[in-house]
Amino acid sequence: MKIPLIYNIRSVRARPVSTAMTALGIGLVVAVFIAMLALANGFAAALATTGSDANVLVLRKGADSEMSSGLDREAISILTGSPHVARDPGGRPLASPEVYVVIPFGRMADTTQLANVVVRGVSDAAWQVRNNVVVLAGNRPATGRNEVCIGKRLVGRFPNTGIGETMHFAGRPWTVTCHFAAAGSAFESEIWGGNEQIIPAMRRDGFQSLAFRLADAGAYDEAKRALEGDKRVTVDVYRESAFYTKQSELLGNILRVLAILITAIMAVGAVFGAVNTMYAAVSSRAPEIAVLLTLGFRPRSILASFVAESAVIAAIGGVVGCLLALPMNGIVTSTTNWASFSEIAFSFRITPGLLFAGLIFAVVMGTLGGFFPARRASRLPVVQAIR
Amino acid sequence: MALVEIRDVHKSFSRDAERIDVFSGLSMDIEQGSFTALMGPSGSGKSTLLNLVAGLDRPTSGTVQVGGAEVSAMSAGQLAAWRAANVGFVFQQFNLLPVLTAFQNVELPLLLTRLSRRERDERVRIALGVVGLDDRLRHYPRQLSGGQEQRVAIARAIVADPTLVLLDEPTGQLDARSSQEVLALLGRLNEEFGKTIVVVTHDPQVAARAQRQLHLDKGTFIEQASAAGAAV
Repeated sequence: MKIPLIYNIRSVRARPVSTAMTALGIGLVVAVFIAMLALANGFAAALATTGSDANVLVLRKGADSEMSSGLDREAISILTGSPHVARDPGGRPLASPEVYVVIPFGRMADTTQLANVVVRGVSDAAWQVRNNVVVLAGNRPATGRNEVCIGKRLVGRFPNTGIGETMHFAGRPWTVTCHFAAAGSAFESEIWGGNEQIIPAMRRDGFQSLAFRLADAGAYDEAKRALEGDKRVTVDVYRESAFYTKQSELLGNILRVLAILITAIMAVGAVFGAVNTMYAAVSSRAPEIAVLLTLGFRPRSILASFVAESAVIAAIGGVVGCLLALPMNGIVTSTTNWASFSEIAFSFRITPGLLFAGLIFAVVMGTLGGFFPARRASRLPVVQAIR
Repeated sequence: MALVEIRDVHKSFSRDAERIDVFSGLSMDIEQGSFTALMGPSGSGKSTLLNLVAGLDRPTSGTVQVGGAEVSAMSAGQLAAWRAANVGFVFQQFNLLPVLTAFQNVELPLLLTRLSRRERDERVRIALGVVGLDDRLRHYPRQLSGGQEQRVAIARAIVADPTLVLLDEPTGQLDARSSQEVLALLGRLNEEFGKTIVVVTHDPQVAARAQRQLHLDKGTFIEQASAAGAAV
């Protein structure tokens, strides 16, 4: 491009109001684009971080979620006896047979508004198997007692979740003894209690799943082959991280498609804004364009110059959009995970990559919006334009 | 030796389905190193002639040759490159780019050359020195008087060292004093630097400076006066 960019930058500065309006229009679209993808990102990240690569999740054959799975005590005993299950120094298996129940609770803000919360009955080993789970305050539920530990994202959003308070579900009182964090994962939206307390309370007679630590983290494929091939049990074996990532796929994809659809519709409006601004710029600067053509600048240089000008305005809009979206980073929201029909809380997750994508999106809108006005500029009849 | 050779040029416009013939078989030469004034009433075709010579407009038929190159047969891209190297153009309204400084305005034609930044810098300073504005490099057009703006426009027209300098009513917007300055400058460009100058003007003072005056009316030359006695 032969025409110096400083010409365009100063021309943009010379008409601050129309530049600001166009940039703001593009900025709002970029902000919505970033916010919606941050939502999808946050949701996916919550589930993706839920599992560990070193852990294995075993479900009944054919079950597509923990809720629809079921494993009896005999199966659990066979599975935990496998040499692929890691053991603690005392020789006990690092395995947690789990019950997974979804219970409707009234929300703190409005107790008539119910949300499904996962209550997970775990073994004592669960706290070692899920090594990203950290007790933030209080003590883990004692074996044999009706005690629960609350994921930090539920605290304050549902009544009686404070330490020492008592929650009522499954016809029993449950004392809250601790709060836990799990690296932002979906576990933070769960209530954990002892599996041997939860089973009778829920009138169940078995477990839903088994989570265990691999004895050899690199031997997942062998473990899968061995357990799925064992005739005594009929199970599917998943790498825990992959299983939870898959659980986020449906809603994550819907959120992404929605983000793209909504921003695409808004982007059409913003592109028309840019078109309008650039047509106005071209017609008010027709004599300047004619001078450039007279001096010997080629029509394609004029085209590139005006497209660049539109892209500069759009880039300003992109920065505005990023600044508008940034405060949303970390804001906690919740939705129902369609794979388990339970409430999952997660944060808007704005990454540098997402901000960069927002900027690129802005520049693309500007380039599209600037093209036709720029083409008109490059085809301007010099003799008429100079008058 | 003729720098510009115009042969049997016809030029017509359509306006509201009506055909307007500006030239019907115009022929003329402009000598290298000459200073020619084109005069005549509005609508006589002076500016159209200037535009044809500059390659800004095309004849309906006939040929326009400048320095042996047939301008009327060039493509838009070829014309742009040819203009950048051979023609300096000065407009009545100065037509400086308002967002660029005097220096940057004058530098524009050099951006189309292969000159280095240092060489460009030097050439711009020389051109602005010739027009007496080497102390106004960083001024924007709005910070200059009309006469100064037109001198910057002339500097822009000569900075790439073209053979031909075309001016369309260069003193039309200027007061008497500024007009005199511009005229003196044109005389210098012609005599000292050997530029071939063609100026469209209504101003008898400008015409008086020229070696040759051509009066156009309805697309034909009606009289000619020549300080040097050259014929059309």
